[in-house]
Amino acid sequence: MLSFVAQRVLKGVIVLLAIVVLNFFLIRLAPGDPAVVMAGEAGASDQIFVQQLREKFGLDKPLPEQLFIYVKGIATLDLGFSFRQQAPVAKLIAERLPATLLLTLTAFAISLALGVLFGTFAAGFAGTFLDTGITIFALIFYATPIFWVALMGILLFSVTVDWLPSFGYETVGANLPGFAHVIDVAKHLIMPAMTLGLFFMATYTRMTRASMLEVKRLDFVKTARAKGLSDSVIQRRHVLRNALLPVVTLAGVHAGTLIGGAVITETVFAWPGIGRLMYDALLQRDYNLLLGVFVTCSVMVLIFNLITDLVYRLVDPRIEFAS
Amino acid sequence: MSKRVLLGLLLACGLTASALAQEPKAGGVINAVIQPEPPGLMLAMVQNGPVQMVSGNIFEGLLRYSPKLEPLPELAESWNVSEDAKTYTFKLRKGVTWHDGKPFTSADVLFSIEMLKQTHARARANLVQVDKVEAPDDTTVVFTLKQPFGPFLGIFEVGSMPMVPKHLYEGTDWKTNPYNNAPVGTGPFMFKEWQKGSFIRLVKNPNYYEKGKPYLDEIYWQVIPDAAARSVAYETGKVDVLPGGSVENFDVPRLSKLKDTCVTGAGWEFFSPLAWLWLNNRQGPLADKRVRQAIMYAIDRDFAKDVIWNGLGKVATGPSASTIKFYTDDVPKYPYDPAKAKALLKEAGYKGEKIRLLPLAYGETWQRWGEAVKQNLQDVGINIETIATDVAGGNQKIMDWDFDIAFTYLYQYGDPALGVGRNYVSSNIAKGQVFNNAEGYVNPEIDKLFADGAVATPDSKRKEIYDKAQKILAEDVPVAWMLELQFPTITRCKVKNLITTGIGVNDGFKDAWLDK
Repeated sequence: MLSFVAQRVLKGVIVLLAIVVLNFFLIRLAPGDPAVVMAGEAGASDQIFVQQLREKFGLDKPLPEQLFIYVKGIATLDLGFSFRQQAPVAKLIAERLPATLLLTLTAFAISLALGVLFGTFAAGFAGTFLDTGITIFALIFYATPIFWVALMGILLFSVTVDWLPSFGYETVGANLPGFAHVIDVAKHLIMPAMTLGLFFMATYTRMTRASMLEVKRLDFVKTARAKGLSDSVIQRRHVLRNALLPVVTLAGVHAGTLIGGAVITETVFAWPGIGRLMYDALLQRDYNLLLGVFVTCSVMVLIFNLITDLVYRLVDPRIEFAS
Repeated sequence: MSKRVLLGLLLACGLTASALAQEPKAGGVINAVIQPEPPGLMLAMVQNGPVQMVSGNIFEGLLRYSPKLEPLPELAESWNVSEDAKTYTFKLRKGVTWHDGKPFTSADVLFSIEMLKQTHARARANLVQVDKVEAPDDTTVVFTLKQPFGPFLGIFEVGSMPMVPKHLYEGTDWKTNPYNNAPVGTGPFMFKEWQKGSFIRLVKNPNYYEKGKPYLDEIYWQVIPDAAARSVAYETGKVDVLPGGSVENFDVPRLSKLKDTCVTGAGWEFFSPLAWLWLNNRQGPLADKRVRQAIMYAIDRDFAKDVIWNGLGKVATGPSASTIKFYTDDVPKYPYDPAKAKALLKEAGYKGEKIRLLPLAYGETWQRWGEAVKQNLQDVGINIETIATDVAGGNQKIMDWDFDIAFTYLYQYGDPALGVGRNYVSSNIAKGQVFNNAEGYVNPEIDKLFADGAVATPDSKRKEIYDKAQKILAEDVPVAWMLELQFPTITRCKVKNLITTGIGVNDGFKDAWLDK
């Protein structure tokens, strides 16, 4: 298993390098550079100003040299300096990462738990009203744009009934101690996490349902039934466990993308996470910060892919680690 | 006679009572929205709107300006101008300290000017007529100009010339100075905390030189990136102040009707934002004056004001906003007249060549405005293609002169020599820069008028020159002027005295208080 992990890590580093190089050039293909944005915002510009900014951002150097400097930095775990925000990129990302992880992992847990639960029910009652009801419920959240669900949630729970706060990570200025602070953050977390979670839940529901119905038809389920096992045991131990493999694959893919994929949710709920940092960096052409976020997200995707491969083994012991 | 005395007494009592009722109360916290989140708070290094809004509380300039743009004392308590209008002597306030306790002196002013010349493009342009700056003693600063410069007293507000602490910046790398993210100023509020992505917290400066001020204990600037969420934050009582432009225009009427809500359009007099369409004068049909005039006639600017901007603002008559000095409306006018537009296009021989329109990516209101203008222009037979881009991409296209028509809005800074001439004089045509003469308009007469207007004395002479310039420009239509924009500031009515100058919320909250 160790050699398997080592091999995957090595591959991951190569993929990461490719991502860095590709993104480095892709970002620069977009029209507009940071000097232009900053000159624009300053309300005035002249040649000296734009030239100063270019020098400041290192944009006056030839492109290969810029790339070399950047890759060298990455190799020493230095993600560079954001002149726009006047702070090291790693610091900016580290400040935002906890909020994003809290939001996305909660949303991930909600989506996976509810998705598998509903999918199992839907498969168990396939063709009944319950099945149709669950499918429709899931599809509504999948088909409705996230920002709309978010805004309607705010309208209902913040404006109309006033149960939940509409924005932010915590009550600003409240300086709550200990457990009260945890409750405060939890209250702020409910709406964004549910909004994001319900969207992904639909996929898991559909996937679990389809996969379970397929597994149910297989011979070993008939055998289990012939052995006289109870229906719930068959569903849980035999059908669900085997049906989970595609769900795990999907969850692995989702988990990686969730880090950078919560831009809309973070924006509507003013959640101070990475997604918004990335979005702002993109609009402002803050190259170093944008690349830094991309690298972080890529690392997350690689880590989650590795975890997925390891979880496969747990779910299905027949799968061997190829060394 | 006795009736008069009685009336006088009653009036006096009434005035005293109202004065008592308006006596500022100390204490309290204000939650205000800031959008977008500022990239930094060091005003000498970054000058965009949100930075000015927050840092206008931390830093100060030598002067402030009244709504009528008359200079008011700030760090300078008095000033005088020599007979020949070439020497300006400022007396600084005594006993002013930086937030770290060090005294503020004329040496700081000298250092700030040198620093700003390198880091602040607008300050550099404003100071171009300055020959030398001297500090004969700790509280005196003398500016000697190369020649008289009419708007000189108008360049000293905090956003145009913030004072920087010499003792913290001298000899350091300004770009990476740690105080950029924990700024130290002389202002009424001190920087306390910045949770990136969430809020910026400022606290009262207990040693502020104006005794009793500021009245507020703290200000929280809350970062809420979504416009709808900002409206909700106000509706649910989480924020008390929505500075101009915080919410989409279509939300303004609804929010204005909420209980205990006050709305004001004041506080933009110094900036006087004017919206126009850049028209690329260099090539194609737009090189013909008649086509540009046709565009003016084709666009229903009253519709834009009444529908898209919810009745806020004013239809522009020419290159100057009506709120800045030397404005005249005695210029050729362009009412909405599609028939006349069609006739002009026919006369110019326009044959349906494709014209690219670049809207401004500043949100829903601007998007809608772009659509309305497109429709107006199509109605008179102009073949319009809209180019979608974000702000950075749009600026790049304008800088590269790669556009036909492009939306913009710019501040005018109170005087045509500061904020108008820059967009029309041919010396300001430079590829690769923004907010200059991007349209490529060349008229030697206009060049001369703006050059003369900046240095002419007295003001009556300047007025004569600018009247003429406005007439010529309105006839030539180098750009298509749209609206004098008004960004309403929405507050709870308990927030008093928030806006007291022509610089509005960018001038700090030192006079503001809460009627609890």
